Amino acid sequence: MPRRDDLHKILLIGSGPIIIGQACEFDYSGTQACKALREEGYEVVLVNSNPATIMTDPATAQRTYIEPLSWEVVAKVIEVERPDALLPTLGGQTGLNVAMDLVKHGVLEKYGVEMIGANADVIDKAESRQRFKQAMASIGLEVCRGQVVTTLEDARASIDQIGLPAVVRPSFTMGGSGSSIAYNRQEFDELVLRGLDLSPITEVLIEESILGWKEYEMEVMRDADDNVVIICAIENFDPMGVHTGDSITVAPAQTLSDKEYQRMRDASLAVIREIGVETGGSNIQFATDPGSGRMIVIEMNPRVSRSSALASKATGFPIAKIAAKLAVGYRLHELPNDITRETTACFEPTIDYVVTKIPRFAFEKFPEADDTLTTQMKSVGETMAIGSTFKESFQKALRGLEVGSFGFGSDGSDLWGTSEQPDETEIRAKLSRPCPERVWYLRYAILSGFSVDQIHELTRIDRWFLDNLLEIVETEQKIRACGGWDQLSPELLRTAKRQGFSDRQLAMILHTTELEVRARRLELGIVAVFKSVDTCAAEFEAYTPYYYSTYETEDEIPPKEKRRETRDAGRELEGKKLESRTIMILGGGPNRIGQGIEFDYCCCHASFAMRELGIESVMVNSNPETVSTDYDTSDLLFFEPLTVEDVLNICDRVKPDGVIVQFGGQTPLNLARALKSAGVPIIGTSVEAIERAEDREKFQQLLNKLGLRQPKNGIARTMEQARRITAEIGFPILVRPSFVLGGRAMEICYDKGQLEKYVSEAFLVAQGQPVLIDRFLEGATEVDVDAICDGTHVVVPGIMEHIEEAGVHSGDSACAIPPYSLPGPVVREIRDATAKLARELNVVGLMNVQFAVRWEEAQNMKEEMQEQPGSQPALRASRLPVIYVLEVNPRASRTVPFVAKATGMPVAGIAAKVMVGVSLAEQGVTNDPIPSHVSVKESVFPFIKFTGVDIVLGPEMRSTGEVMGISPRFSIAFAKSQMAAGCLLPKEGNIFISVAKRGKESIVDLAHRLAILGYSLLATEGTAAVLKQAGISSRRVRKIREGHPNLIDFLTDGEVALVMNTPSGKGARTDEGRIRAAAVQAGVPCLTTIEAATAAVMAMEAMREEEIGVLSLQDRFAT
Amino acid sequence: MTQPAKLALEDGTVYTGISIGATGEVDGEVCFNTSMTGYQEILTDPSYRGQIVTMTYPQIGNYGVNDQDLESSRPHLAGFIIREHSRVASNFRSSGLLSDYLEQWGVVAIESIDTRALVKHIRTLGALRGVLSTTDLDDASLVAKAQASPGLVGRDLVQEVVPEQPCHWEEPLSEWTYLNSECGMRNAELKKGASGKRFLTPFSPHVVALDYGMKWNIPRHLADMGCEVTILPGTATAEDVLAQQPNGVFLSNGPGDPEPLAYAIETLRDLLGKQPIFGICLGHQLLSLACGAKTFKMKFGHRGANQPVQNLADQSVEITSQNHGFAVLEENLPDALEVTHRNLNDQTIEGVRHRELPAFSVQYHPEASAGPHDSHYLFQQFYESMR
Repeated sequence: MPRRDDLHKILLIGSGPIIIGQACEFDYSGTQACKALREEGYEVVLVNSNPATIMTDPATAQRTYIEPLSWEVVAKVIEVERPDALLPTLGGQTGLNVAMDLVKHGVLEKYGVEMIGANADVIDKAESRQRFKQAMASIGLEVCRGQVVTTLEDARASIDQIGLPAVVRPSFTMGGSGSSIAYNRQEFDELVLRGLDLSPITEVLIEESILGWKEYEMEVMRDADDNVVIICAIENFDPMGVHTGDSITVAPAQTLSDKEYQRMRDASLAVIREIGVETGGSNIQFATDPGSGRMIVIEMNPRVSRSSALASKATGFPIAKIAAKLAVGYRLHELPNDITRETTACFEPTIDYVVTKIPRFAFEKFPEADDTLTTQMKSVGETMAIGSTFKESFQKALRGLEVGSFGFGSDGSDLWGTSEQPDETEIRAKLSRPCPERVWYLRYAILSGFSVDQIHELTRIDRWFLDNLLEIVETEQKIRACGGWDQLSPELLRTAKRQGFSDRQLAMILHTTELEVRARRLELGIVAVFKSVDTCAAEFEAYTPYYYSTYETEDEIPPKEKRRETRDAGRELEGKKLESRTIMILGGGPNRIGQGIEFDYCCCHASFAMRELGIESVMVNSNPETVSTDYDTSDLLFFEPLTVEDVLNICDRVKPDGVIVQFGGQTPLNLARALKSAGVPIIGTSVEAIERAEDREKFQQLLNKLGLRQPKNGIARTMEQARRITAEIGFPILVRPSFVLGGRAMEICYDKGQLEKYVSEAFLVAQGQPVLIDRFLEGATEVDVDAICDGTHVVVPGIMEHIEEAGVHSGDSACAIPPYSLPGPVVREIRDATAKLARELNVVGLMNVQFAVRWEEAQNMKEEMQEQPGSQPALRASRLPVIYVLEVNPRASRTVPFVAKATGMPVAGIAAKVMVGVSLAEQGVTNDPIPSHVSVKESVFPFIKFTGVDIVLGPEMRSTGEVMGISPRFSIAFAKSQMAAGCLLPKEGNIFISVAKRGKESIVDLAHRLAILGYSLLATEGTAAVLKQAGISSRRVRKIREGHPNLIDFLTDGEVALVMNTPSGKGARTDEGRIRAAAVQAGVPCLTTIEAATAAVMAMEAMREEEIGVLSLQDRFAT
Repeated sequence: MTQPAKLALEDGTVYTGISIGATGEVDGEVCFNTSMTGYQEILTDPSYRGQIVTMTYPQIGNYGVNDQDLESSRPHLAGFIIREHSRVASNFRSSGLLSDYLEQWGVVAIESIDTRALVKHIRTLGALRGVLSTTDLDDASLVAKAQASPGLVGRDLVQEVVPEQPCHWEEPLSEWTYLNSECGMRNAELKKGASGKRFLTPFSPHVVALDYGMKWNIPRHLADMGCEVTILPGTATAEDVLAQQPNGVFLSNGPGDPEPLAYAIETLRDLLGKQPIFGICLGHQLLSLACGAKTFKMKFGHRGANQPVQNLADQSVEITSQNHGFAVLEENLPDALEVTHRNLNDQTIEGVRHRELPAFSVQYHPEASAGPHDSHYLFQQFYESMR
């Protein structure tokens, strides 16, 4: 039987905020699943706490709950919605864990909800190390020798058989969280203790080390009739020992003969059958001994995963969509292959290109963290590239990584040939320790004369990959040796392009310009052609316009008229009118801190808006995790690096009528000027206006013209200038490099020592661009505003009041819509200032403005006034609010999806329509939305992955994702946002309070209220004295330097339920830094600002008064 | 130094690339195979006689060549076309580079052409005659030669690949065919002895395999199951076969067009009903022809390791290895034959069974190599039919 008619309503659980190990891929899979189930006529109920997702758009599911992902909250949703079934396998590990909790607590049984796709026993069998091992043994497959233990004693006993080095893996954690390799007994003990702690069931697996083996992944699908197919085989470039999420990976497998591949295939089929995943996709990881071929099963994920998203993009086979349909009864052969139309989904994709994925790291944000790559995932994003050969896809992926490289070196960004050129010792060291830079050291090793075999010995990277890298370097040297740009033969130029060399690399090697190379190429007819990703290696005609560039002979993009016919055929059914225009949207590239899913959300909406208007939409992006790179999202999809060269190549073929650069974050904006100069029609806000907002001097003139105020500031190009400017404006100052997103190297300096240190760091990061110096407005409230302007009219959908004070990066701060403490007139003034700025800049599309509001003495409104700590409402009475403009960004901001979810206004779509000439009035959007409830956005941080890093918030953004809490009351909305962010506000227990001098007075009130609520307070000497003075009793705990037992002991023993610690100093080596880091490792929530602590106390009070309730977005916006 | 090579097609299209095999010139029908692994098995598959094979996967030669993954003693195809040859062979079983192997066996091969464009061309126009040359690089001359190439239709290519004399086959499947010592083939009667070696069950039927260009993995399967295997050339008569007193007759794969093979069809007519018969690929076509069916030349055939085939008995789907340019015609299929398997992509016949007599056959390759192992059960079915 195909479709199950006994089911009507299906519950999906999303994966929550973007964190390391769980990124946009689950928005992609969840969105596909929602679409697929709705297509089949089911009512879909979705729960996810992450507002920056397409899946939580009110139009994606019928019933959308942006609520914390805890089983208690989901149980409430189930109680309200009474779904027939729960599909647990599409929301990553988070979704799976919540589903398992619902089973454990009898919720599914109570409400008669059936688990489809994989049941609880299957999930447990796949995830429990012991059961999995037994299952593998029963089908005769080898697993790594290992033992599951629950105590340190048992662990110690186990290494007598297993030996060192050994891998320690905590059970039931995500992204391999907490897995590490122990080389000696001391390390082993530490890792076991930490692992037991991290594991929700206090269990770790001790395993033989198979470091250096080859690693493979198989993406498998199974239907209810036991038909099983392999979608994709992925080979890891980095051998075992590096988490697959942190490895460079390649599809398909490159170095397996058919005999070995089929054996792995047989094993995959046997595994999915034995574990019993009834329907859907699974990911199975294998390791093989390169010397003997001995094969070991590493693990299995009984759900869609990051790798399945990659496999979907790599092959064109939509795993999540098909998995959803299989879960409701269809069999593989009953589902069509969208791409070929004539064939079914029951086949194994075969590809005729090579796919390379390269992870993107963010260690620059965590300088104290160890950047060695281990079995615990640390990357924050990834880029994927497709080429005809590995060489081409590898070089494309390197430039798609957006780390300033344009291929495998020789692009002006590497150390070779500079004074920092590494010597052999350094190269050897870098090669033997996997780290993000290792890929560049492979090149240095080749240039230093290391042989492929020598490099293999140091890295265990397969010789096949290494020889390909060698070939790239050989080509580079041939070009260098040709005698100059004029001497370069067309044959060699073509060879280089076919090996993935960018124009930039060629220009650098031959001392000419990128444009010169491009011009010569075009003249010689050496142009990129575009080929389809079609699942079948061209055996059947492809209907899905999903393309990659390569330097071959035949281009496959149909002419515009033909494309329009195809679109016409599709559209007639929808009764939509068609337009002849083609609009290209440039995406955001790989996720990184500061630029993530929010921008992908915006790009998708731009595309949806174009399709709605009947305009041909063209998406360009290189991030395989995203919804934007789903072939369903746009009329044409180009999976390409976001560089000027690659985008121009597409423009040459597609001839867009407009290109949207303001939705994909900084990546496309950085290309805007060069694209415009090359004649590409950039639509929306002009490049000049963008530059006017980014250029300090022009911006100052603009504010003066409009009568708006900004903190005193200056631009420094040298250290000397920086000193002079600081002398003029006075401490504290805020230092940052220009043209950098996410607050990279942004610091607040209170004295000369800090000035010297941070300004020189900022110059390094700025790479030749100047450093900006602002007077830092201590104690000010920051406000983020998102506005849409059509050049004439302005709508302001979102005014967000930050909870943390100015100085914390806006991306890291929690914020609320509507403002929860600012007086109405201030909000109105901010709104008016926003509108003025938008009109003056002639913004067409989106604009984001950051304001700061500071309460200043009425009679002394001069900015030089003396700093007063804190800005409590009580103190405000005698002062007046002063509004400062901090920053204007005429582009989509990180907060656009949050604003859309908080107000119900599809902000990004409206802005995109404005950009193609549909005015706000024509769209019927004339008034600012008035939110009917309070929405709080909270940020989520990756500190748990970076042991020992201080978690204090600052001007440099470090969060990876966000969650949202919604309620009619601010306090409850804040409580929900904390719960969703994994910061569990305790109902009882000990609260440790330690505040810097500046916050001592405000803490008294909070401590008093906490005492009334019945919490016990812990404090160190100074704070305890202040509390005592106010008549509040607390238990004194020792500072770390005062010996034991100190706070860290209390934390480790689980005696602390909450830490409120505001910094007086910063850094992992300070006492308080260690306390904060220990709290993170102990899983104890830690609040580091007075503002957050204040909001938290309000929330704890409110939670006594009312229980947390759930309401769907559809109901919230119904009135 | 690189040596140029050219591929010319009968429609006038010429591709210029680099020679990676022997020098020389060959002609044949240009086809493509979509397997991503298994080039050595493909090279040595005698069914490719008369064909110039294009690999759709661009990186070929990565794991080199070895002495085990052979489907016959030498390459049989006319020529080989790939996008990029690997300079290194990276695999613990490898004994050498693919290019050296090609050169050693005189296979003319070309790399560095836009293989996807070529495949799309074939897909659109159907299989085309072509010439691959490293000696003549004149386009017009090459195109003329391509047009003069005889093609496959009506030709008896089997004669060129049949063994000269009968022989016995004993080699079992490679250890690489088994996932582990316990499972692999679904043969319940294969058990492990005390020594850990597999031993044969008492039932050891004698199978005569008619070799029309048989892939070695077929007799390996039969031997592995415990069959006594005698290989006779495909030109053998029914008397020759029956003289062996077989318990069953196997009909192998082989190259080209089945229709001109009147002698083989004749033999099968005489054998039908005498003993259980199992045919694969060309064997399937010959069995069907012997039962009164017709065959036809497909536009560009099925060649790859990802072809989905549905077993009509229980609707289950097998992912199969295939290599055929001719197929059994749906129309006028004799009543005696029942269709047992169909290709899910184009619904063509993939398997038949005689309604009254013990004879069945499949168009695809249950012996895999290269390709998935989903269809091993057919050997078991044959084995059981001989009891």
